[in-house]
Amino acid sequence: MVENRPFFDTLTHIILILGVILIAFPIWITFVAATHDLARMSQAPIPIWPGSHFFDNLKLALEGKVVSGVDMLPVWKMMFNSLIMALMIAIGKIIISILSAYAIVYFDFPFRMGFFWMIFITLMLPVEVRILPTFEVVASLGMLNSYLGLTVPLIASATATFMFRQVFLTIPDEMLESARIDGAGPVRFFFDMLLPLSRTNIAALFVILFIYGWNQYMWPLLITTDSSLSTVVVSIKEMLDSAERTPEWNTIMMTALLAMLPPILVIVSMQKLFVKGLTETDK
Amino acid sequence: MIKRVHFPSSPLPYLLVAPQIAITIVFFIWPAGQAMYQSFLIEDAFGFGREFVWFENFEILFEDPLYADVFIRTIFFSVMVAALSMFLSLILAGFADRVVKGATIYRTLLIWPYAVAPVLAGALWVFMFNPSVGIIAYWLDLIGVDWNHFLNGGQAMALIVFAASWKQIAYNFLFYLAAMQAIPKSMIEAAAIDGAGPAKRFWTIIFPLVSPTTFFLLVINIVYAFFDTFGIIHAVTEGGPAGSTVTLVYKVYSDGFIGLDLGGSAAQSVILMAMVIGLTVIQFRYVERRVDY
Repeated sequence: MVENRPFFDTLTHIILILGVILIAFPIWITFVAATHDLARMSQAPIPIWPGSHFFDNLKLALEGKVVSGVDMLPVWKMMFNSLIMALMIAIGKIIISILSAYAIVYFDFPFRMGFFWMIFITLMLPVEVRILPTFEVVASLGMLNSYLGLTVPLIASATATFMFRQVFLTIPDEMLESARIDGAGPVRFFFDMLLPLSRTNIAALFVILFIYGWNQYMWPLLITTDSSLSTVVVSIKEMLDSAERTPEWNTIMMTALLAMLPPILVIVSMQKLFVKGLTETDK
Repeated sequence: MIKRVHFPSSPLPYLLVAPQIAITIVFFIWPAGQAMYQSFLIEDAFGFGREFVWFENFEILFEDPLYADVFIRTIFFSVMVAALSMFLSLILAGFADRVVKGATIYRTLLIWPYAVAPVLAGALWVFMFNPSVGIIAYWLDLIGVDWNHFLNGGQAMALIVFAASWKQIAYNFLFYLAAMQAIPKSMIEAAAIDGAGPAKRFWTIIFPLVSPTTFFLLVINIVYAFFDTFGIIHAVTEGGPAGSTVTLVYKVYSDGFIGLDLGGSAAQSVILMAMVIGLTVIQFRYVERRVDY
């Protein structure tokens, strides 16, 4: 700190702690709700301190007994679906983007710029905007209710392609020159030089894209009518609807807690990569 | 943009771009073209035939006072979300920037809402404000506020603004903090020696120096409020009560998938596309300069 102002320093911490409370409060209340039984959660005011039923609720949710009388997919299966979807989107985006960035930066071929602009256009067409016709395309390809239909239409990525292009442009030309003198072809150069050099960028991008994939909502909501494919994020809505009839908030909030746990763990444990990914892709 | 040293032309680069280009054509360019084509069609009520009507769908939209309402409401919603979340994160980042010990702990504790899916953020807030059991609804009741966002449109709007802003604070905070930490400490020290207190330094040095970040975040937040808040609205209000929380994206969804008005929904998609293109152009023209102090 620049000067010695004990009072102001205390105020700084007080304000920051208030900020943390504001940010954490909804998550705290979710956690608390997930630790009480149904009887306690049905009477207002609901508690603000945790109870002793955490593992009971966890068991109910994992077994699919979130809402009594409604046959629901066990939450661990939903989380598995979410995981598959998130991984397919993240890895798919990284693979196709790094390949096209490689072609655009390191090869001279007809229509190179044409391809670049085509990829650029995807930036201007978020799925929310072209939702109905995209749904029709996926339906006519017979990809409804499949992991492929869930992920492939979201995989094209201008931002990831731009990021890799940026990374490749900072790699000195001498690298390629010396690789070629040593007799390396395009495939060898890619695997032995470019890939190792962009390792941290790939990891940072993966963190961002995993969260993006896990949190997808509108697209899976429309594409998966078969409940065996429902993801945990989408099923929360169905549970909220049932909460208007039978307010089983204890198990619903347990599911919500489970649904946000993986992305939060990813952010907190890989904070450096997350910040790097966030600041590099959003340009 | 291409390397001075590069590989000669061969079939290989086509193979490399093929997957991305194939997906772009099949799932992006083709559907966008379809949306444009469908926006010129009106389907009769029984789905038997389609008629090519040029701009009639657009005329119907622009003459519809409801659509104008949705438009204004979406802008109001976006401005509220951007203002609230940017203001709170600017304050928090300003204070976090002063902290020498423990700055990373505060950062860790402030960034996790970024990881929460919009629909989950909606679920969390709708639970806290639930009129029968919600804890905040209960506290509000104690001070005499009758909270029921199922009936009161203004309260429903407030609730989605809270949920959407809460989720976005993390993102804004990170960018503000990074921008503030990039300001040379010597400048702050010089001002302190000249007798400027913390508040004065914040408003006359830090705030003007992070203005490129403010502009960048403004664009990002508006894009976020326009396009990424469908989950929040769907979970919290489903557009209700009486359509008081329907935004442009929500209307495309509800007209297309629930109302089955293909032409009208497609025309709205085309309008949204034009808006995204405009916002993207703004972002690319000005955001590139955001590092120039």
